[in-house]
Amino acid sequence: MFDLDKWQEIFSTIKKNRLRTFLTGFSVAWGIFMLIILLGSGRGLENGVRNQFKGSVNNGIWISSGRTTMAYQGFKPGRDIKFTNEDYERVKETIDGIDVISARSMININNTISYKNEYGNFTISPCHPGYAIIKDVKIEEGRFLNDIDLQKYRKVVAISTIVRDALFKNGDKKKAVGKYIKISGVPFKVVGVFSDEGLEDEQRRVYIPIYTAQRVFFGSNEIDQVSLTTGDKTIDEVDAMVEQIRKQFSAIHKFDVEDHRAISIWNKAQDFKRTMDLFAGIRLFVWIVGIGTIIAGIVGVSNIMIIVVKERTKEIGIRKAIGATPYSIVSTIIAESILITAFAGYVGLILGIGLLELISKALPPIEFFVNPEADLRVAVSATILLVVSGTLAGLFPALKAAGIRPIEALRDE
Amino acid sequence: MIELKGLHKSYITGNNKLHVLKGLDLIIEQGELVSVMGSSGSGKSTLLNVLGILDSYDNGSYKLNNTLMSNLTEKKAAHFRNNMIGFVFQSFNLISFKNAMENVALPLYYQRVGRKTRNKIAMEYLDKMGIKDWAEHMPNELSGGQKQRVAIARAMISKPKVILADEPTGALDSTTSLEVMDLFREINKSGITMIIVTHERDISEKTNRIIQLKDGIIESDLISKN
Ligand SMILES: Nc1ncnc2c1ncn2[C@@H]1O[C@H](COP(=O)(O)OP(=O)(O)OP(=O)(O)O)[C@@H](O)[C@H]1O
Ligand SMILES: [Mg+2]
Repeated sequence: MFDLDKWQEIFSTIKKNRLRTFLTGFSVAWGIFMLIILLGSGRGLENGVRNQFKGSVNNGIWISSGRTTMAYQGFKPGRDIKFTNEDYERVKETIDGIDVISARSMININNTISYKNEYGNFTISPCHPGYAIIKDVKIEEGRFLNDIDLQKYRKVVAISTIVRDALFKNGDKKKAVGKYIKISGVPFKVVGVFSDEGLEDEQRRVYIPIYTAQRVFFGSNEIDQVSLTTGDKTIDEVDAMVEQIRKQFSAIHKFDVEDHRAISIWNKAQDFKRTMDLFAGIRLFVWIVGIGTIIAGIVGVSNIMIIVVKERTKEIGIRKAIGATPYSIVSTIIAESILITAFAGYVGLILGIGLLELISKALPPIEFFVNPEADLRVAVSATILLVVSGTLAGLFPALKAAGIRPIEALRDE
Repeated sequence: MIELKGLHKSYITGNNKLHVLKGLDLIIEQGELVSVMGSSGSGKSTLLNVLGILDSYDNGSYKLNNTLMSNLTEKKAAHFRNNMIGFVFQSFNLISFKNAMENVALPLYYQRVGRKTRNKIAMEYLDKMGIKDWAEHMPNELSGGQKQRVAIARAMISKPKVILADEPTGALDSTTSLEVMDLFREINKSGITMIIVTHERDISEKTNRIIQLKDGIIESDLISKN
């Protein structure tokens, strides 16, 4: 039921009353715009921080060797703490509640990796099979390292998709698994290809069995890091595990328990929870401010609609005197209000989303601000809310003005 | 055409009740040219508003074209206002954001006449009123006489049975007033009943029947020769 003539009448009224159209529209557009910016920034911040947590499981603990900073039992500060396979074995045997565990070595080996004529520099990362779970990598082809690889000192390697793409060109790309690549000149058999959502340099890794690496490249049983996951333990239980680990290492390696530089223990679960708690707070804040913005918008648009209809009482009287029905008057005012507020809401939506796009495009990639998109459903619902409340606010005075005798409406000055 | 029997109307303001029309009996036939006179506050405008269904009455009866005008829904009332009655206000009552032509055309909008057609008809009426050149002007760019002509054109465009004019010349100088009266006589000749409220004797003398109101009753009702 599209009445062209009616819409022409509505458009001509809108066109000739620019200021009030602008004021009505502005309060809606502004409210929606601010809401989008608010929701978008909140989301962008959260996405950014969540990304920081990607690339490893959230219930991991990383124990890394460091250097003492406190004197202890006659030792001077500044002593390097060195881990060996024994540390790995001991943690594995004596600490309760470990789900998966892996040692890692960070010693630099000549990191040139080649296949046929293709070569490149990548990070060679010796580890146990469990590291695939701790690092949260996704196996794309083949498999990760397994226990037998380690026991038998096999020269096998799991490579990242980036490494695969760099070494295996064109036709070879799909056939990387089973091929031999040279790591520091030593041939290793590719057993699998994985992808990793972590930082870029973590995506440029190849993983080889740690015992193989020790035998082939290091000639020692040194390791640099022990990492493990804690299953579904509570934060408190994990804290207790961390304490136990710290005490044990301090006793074995003879450093002060309070010396947090001798070994560093990163408890991701705690970090993660703290950050997520912070975001629960930020989300609540965003919601409160967002609801406040919407309420301000509702009050603004309702106010203007009431004034607009009041201001139009005399016009309504004139229209009635020449034969307008109450229905035609009310429906015109309502259609006009819906048109203005819906269009303004749309404009606010577009401007808000446009600005967010601009921000994420124009700004250099900031690690803590990623994909600042607003929840469209929330924005659209808010628009509808504003449209409805503006319309309702206009409806009652319009009904009243349309229902009274024309002479009363005409008397209105 | 118009038939009043014992028509009463009071205004209630706060606790006071002001009895304005105190039992009017009046019959006006189709095609008459009538003026209503009387001192200020005698109830002329009140009577005209009731006749134009712009206001309600309390007691008695008002029949327009043999239909009783009481307890009408606003929708029915709108229909009568649109089809039977043209109203010319003393204060013009033009819509300020519409130009002269659009103001004149507005009654036809409510008769669902298309935009082009109604604007064309409006131009014809503006031409008749001699203000065709001002069609695109906004009301605030028009003189009092021009505004009154626009208002008259608007009252005529729906070809009503009766035109009610409340002091249509009140804001005009005497020459313009007489021009407007000549227009009314023209309109009346086409068979439209005209009821004109006025204070001015030389205006009422141009009508065929003069009704004198005094304190809400008809004091005299004289049919003149012309
Ligand atoms: N809306 C109203 N509420 C209360 N009293 C009113 C109202 N309109 C008119 N009156 C009163 O009714 C009486 C008649 O008013 P009306 O306007 O009919 O007079 P009039 O004859 O048209 O006078 P004038 O020649 O000054 O226009 C006046 O005393 C006026 O004060
Ligand atoms: Mg009067």
